[in-house]
Amino acid sequence: MKLTLKIWRQENSNASGKFQTYQVSDVSPDMSFLEMIDVLNEKLIVKNEDPIAFDHDCREGICGMCSMVINGRPHGPLKGVTTCQLHMRSFKEGDTIVIEPWRANSFPVLKDLIVDRTAFDRVIASGGYISVNTGNAQDANNIPISKIDADEAFGSASCIGCGACVAACPNGSAMLFVSAKVNQLSKLPQGQPERNVRVLDMVAQMDKEGFGFCSNTGACEADCPKEISLTNIAALNRDYLKASLMDQ
Amino acid sequence: MNWFSKFLTSSIGQKVIMSITGLFLILFLVIHLIGNLQLLKNDGGESFNIYAAFMAHNPLIKVVSITLYASILLHAIQGILITLKNKGARKQKYLVSNTQTTSFASRQMALLGTLIFVFICIHMGDFWYKMKFTDELPLQKYATHTEYVKDLYSRVYIAFQQLWIVVVYVISMVVLTFHLLHGFQSAFQTLGLNHRKYTPVIKAIGTVFAILVPLAFALIPVLMYFN
Ligand code: HEM
Ligand code: SF4
Ligand code: FES
Repeated sequence: MKLTLKIWRQENSNASGKFQTYQVSDVSPDMSFLEMIDVLNEKLIVKNEDPIAFDHDCREGICGMCSMVINGRPHGPLKGVTTCQLHMRSFKEGDTIVIEPWRANSFPVLKDLIVDRTAFDRVIASGGYISVNTGNAQDANNIPISKIDADEAFGSASCIGCGACVAACPNGSAMLFVSAKVNQLSKLPQGQPERNVRVLDMVAQMDKEGFGFCSNTGACEADCPKEISLTNIAALNRDYLKASLMDQ
Repeated sequence: MNWFSKFLTSSIGQKVIMSITGLFLILFLVIHLIGNLQLLKNDGGESFNIYAAFMAHNPLIKVVSITLYASILLHAIQGILITLKNKGARKQKYLVSNTQTTSFASRQMALLGTLIFVFICIHMGDFWYKMKFTDELPLQKYATHTEYVKDLYSRVYIAFQQLWIVVVYVISMVVLTFHLLHGFQSAFQTLGLNHRKYTPVIKAIGTVFAILVPLAFALIPVLMYFN
């Protein structure tokens, strides 16, 4: 395949970036999107040019590192797929593809397509955990948990923290991520003791990071590679309301 | 009270204010529509004028009205503030903007709302202001009612003989339809009222409401124009 790529190039977080156009040929339809960029980068390196900086790690859809807005869609056009699992067969010969970094004030660009997502880490550090004493792990199935609760908690826990929800949201809101990280614990008995403080602190940190508010547009759900649902956001709203009223 | 101000200034709390004031405005729309449909009665405005006089003098209605004015202002101001905050959360825009996954209404709530606000101002200036603060309206005496009442009906009738006013009303109701197509179900989601069984029902009721209620409102000037 022959493709034209319009890629955002930015030296560092202080520099002002711009789009640069590249032609790539000998792209196989079986390549992943990241492999296609690898091919381009090899050529750039041979020509002594700066390769395109992008985040990636597992390349199998589980780490959440890969982060590119492809033709306006975070992780590209397919539903429930990360950029690393997107293949070039989803594009046509001769296509022009525009590749941009996640854009949100809370995710400043570090270089080219790499953004700083530590705002998410700070939200997790503010309460996205349970406090347990160390010691031997207790027996599995010691605490009975209903299948429905276990499934819902697992569904929320499948969020890989990629930030596509923020990138997709017209308001740059982090509600889908935060709601998944609150719900994965609030559905389980282990999450109950710190339930109120957790939701209050995590929402406070989310607000402090400068993310926008949720307008229930559904853009996040549509582009989330793990198909985290909007019901998580409703549950977060409910939990936050309850915690504000009930917490001592 | 520290928790309360914390709640109201949080992102979720500010959306809860939007949702509660929005739902109150939705409730008001229903009451307002039922009252106004009397304009279409063929009685020369008698029942509408007596109803309008009752609404203007009943003390309980006065309390509700003040709550309503406050809700409109709070909803509008809060809506604008939230929108400014949201627009500011992404200073560097995308080259390719994505409009495939969201509805027009959900993206343009502030624009739609501002148009509704302008309409409310025109509308209240035309009828509410003249009814409450001027003696422009002629008095009428009806056999069924002991006191003289202001003839608001004839004022409405005169207004709706002018084509441009009818057009403004009809367009405003289309705008309201779009605001409610997103707003109705969004308000429930904001309050955390999302449920596998009931959310599809809420969405369906919201869609029907968003179309039927503004349509019924729009019919009033249209029918009066052609009568
Ligand atoms: C009859 C008049 C109105 C009704 C019935 C109404 C109803 C609603 C409802 C139910 C919502 C959803 C709240 C939520 O998402 O939780 C909403 C949202 C909104 N309204 Fe209104 N509204 C009206 C007038 C206005 C006016 C005058 C403005 C003025 C600017 C406005 C601006 C907004 C905005 C910006 C939102 C979206 C907030 C967000 O999602 O971030 N609305 N409205
Ligand atoms: S909710 Fe979805 S889009 Fe958002 S961080 Fe988690 S996996 Fe990524
Ligand atoms: S590189 Fe790990 S999810 Fe894409």
